[in-house]
Amino acid sequence: MTVTEPRQIAAARPGPPPPARRHKRISPAEVVLLVVRYVILVAGAIICIVPFFWMVSASFQHEGDIFSWPIQWIPKHPTLGNYRSFFGSGGHIGVWLANTTLVAVVTTVAQLFLDSLMAYAFAKRRFPGRKWIFALFLATLLVPGQMTIIPNYLILKHIPFAGGNDALGQGGHGWLDSYAGLIVPAVVSAFGIFLIRQYMVSIPDELLDAARVEGASEFRIFWSIVMPLCKPVLAASAIFTFGYFWNDFYWPLIVMSSPQHYTLSLGLALFIGAHKTAWTLLMAGSVIATIPVLVVFLIFQRYFVSGIAMTGIK
Amino acid sequence: MSRSRSNRLRHQARREWTAYAFLSPGLILFTVFTLFALAFSFYLSFHSWSIIEPYKPFVGFQNYRDALVDPDLGQAVINTAYFTVASIPLTMASGLLIALMLNGRIWGRSIFRAIFYLPVITPIVVSSIVWKFIYNGDYGILNYYLERLRLIDHSINWLSDPNLAMPAVIIMAVWNNLGFAMVIYLAGLQAIPQHYYEAARVDGANSWQQLTRITIPLLAPSTLFLLVTSVIGSFQVFTQIFIMTNGGPIGRTNTIVYFIYQAAFQFFKMGYASALSVLLMLMLGVFTVLQLRFYRIDYGAN
Repeated sequence: MTVTEPRQIAAARPGPPPPARRHKRISPAEVVLLVVRYVILVAGAIICIVPFFWMVSASFQHEGDIFSWPIQWIPKHPTLGNYRSFFGSGGHIGVWLANTTLVAVVTTVAQLFLDSLMAYAFAKRRFPGRKWIFALFLATLLVPGQMTIIPNYLILKHIPFAGGNDALGQGGHGWLDSYAGLIVPAVVSAFGIFLIRQYMVSIPDELLDAARVEGASEFRIFWSIVMPLCKPVLAASAIFTFGYFWNDFYWPLIVMSSPQHYTLSLGLALFIGAHKTAWTLLMAGSVIATIPVLVVFLIFQRYFVSGIAMTGIK
Repeated sequence: MSRSRSNRLRHQARREWTAYAFLSPGLILFTVFTLFALAFSFYLSFHSWSIIEPYKPFVGFQNYRDALVDPDLGQAVINTAYFTVASIPLTMASGLLIALMLNGRIWGRSIFRAIFYLPVITPIVVSSIVWKFIYNGDYGILNYYLERLRLIDHSINWLSDPNLAMPAVIIMAVWNNLGFAMVIYLAGLQAIPQHYYEAARVDGANSWQQLTRITIPLLAPSTLFLLVTSVIGSFQVFTQIFIMTNGGPIGRTNTIVYFIYQAAFQFFKMGYASALSVLLMLMLGVFTVLQLRFYRIDYGAN
């Protein structure tokens, strides 16, 4: 597998068929094959998309209508009531939406910046301990995410001078139930560093040396020369990181405890526990939580695909 | 000569200093929230550690010994293995099938690809809620259509039937992850040189032979990659379980990470839960090592 860069993917994509083929008649066997192909694709696509149709449809229905059979795919009595009650005074969803956006955006920006700084040092600088430190980062890729959940919960609880804690980290709740608690432990990603570093290695040293001769500072070189050249890998990481933190559930579940601090995923998940049968409301909330990732996906679709190739197979 | 040399050294020292400056903010966070956290996790696993209990004695390997004889954990391990062994081949096979159907010039390629990828980008909490609704025994659409097609004659409570709950969770997982397998396989397919197929056709190989002798063997790296990442993911399945079943009925969908979550954050047995996390890491060790090998790491040859 050598599909690591978007350019290579584009190159690997089959071009237009040779002109000779165009005049060739299609055999009956090929027609059957094509029909089978479309039957499988359409059937699969329907299965994939039906849950989304049902989610959207139910979100515009009255509570009573979803219980009545036959099922109404097009609501007979469409209503915006579910959306209204979620955004209305009773619901927190506006706040959850804002929280999720804040956490996902801040984490993504901070992570990209810090990861890139470190990737630059690993890729383009020579200093004592470089290999050793880099190997240490890589070694942590061997550790499942679950391993750090419990200790980090306790670390956050005992951050000194935060959340009513004293200098020894005792007495209060520290960074638990705070945005800092959600964001700060997630800001450095060993995988992100690795990914960006791999890309930076391919930037020619001459470019950087030329800038050094001109008297540019290291930060200037990093910011004005290296970062613009890394746009493809940064875009791919940004989308993945954003998506990850937009959808993340486990960590917010553990860190956050007051409803006004919830993210959308957490809010919806705990809402289902509290209101077991409010399905139409839940579907409205689910639609609201899905739309932003959907928009990001549609805008950046090509980066998704190249990004998967980048993060995936080498 | 010597002046220019000392100049260069000073210059180098300045440059080195900036390299450490670039590293330090991230390194500090990494040291606290990863390195220290890992060490702390090991430390916890050798203690009886509860948030509500001020006395936290060292207990040696007691937590590990408890884990090995804990029947509920045993059930969770079996459930997780069941989930993994059933969902991964199904996901990979259907992902490969869709990728093969979509490979090459076909009308609607990017629309189909987007549709199949949609579940992957959807928040897992949303997918779990929607599927919980679909599986609902009283008014879920699954029962509705199965009854209309006369495949069943009474409503089934999919998620509260001990024998059906895990299959239901598995089907949802296949739906959820199929798009990822498809994209990986599509990338793999595009990397196979076309002239292999041309040569095979010249030699008289039919489509089936081309598939089994060229395509599938050459997709082996994609397959291995998917297998390894999926095993690591499946062993840590949590959110679907939390929302759809809470580990029930009678513990039949309880998974390892859900069990750890309960031990740590519902029963506050942080020491025991940490020991379980360590055991999970050991179980996954082979797979994570394999995963690292995909990244073809060079430790800085330049």
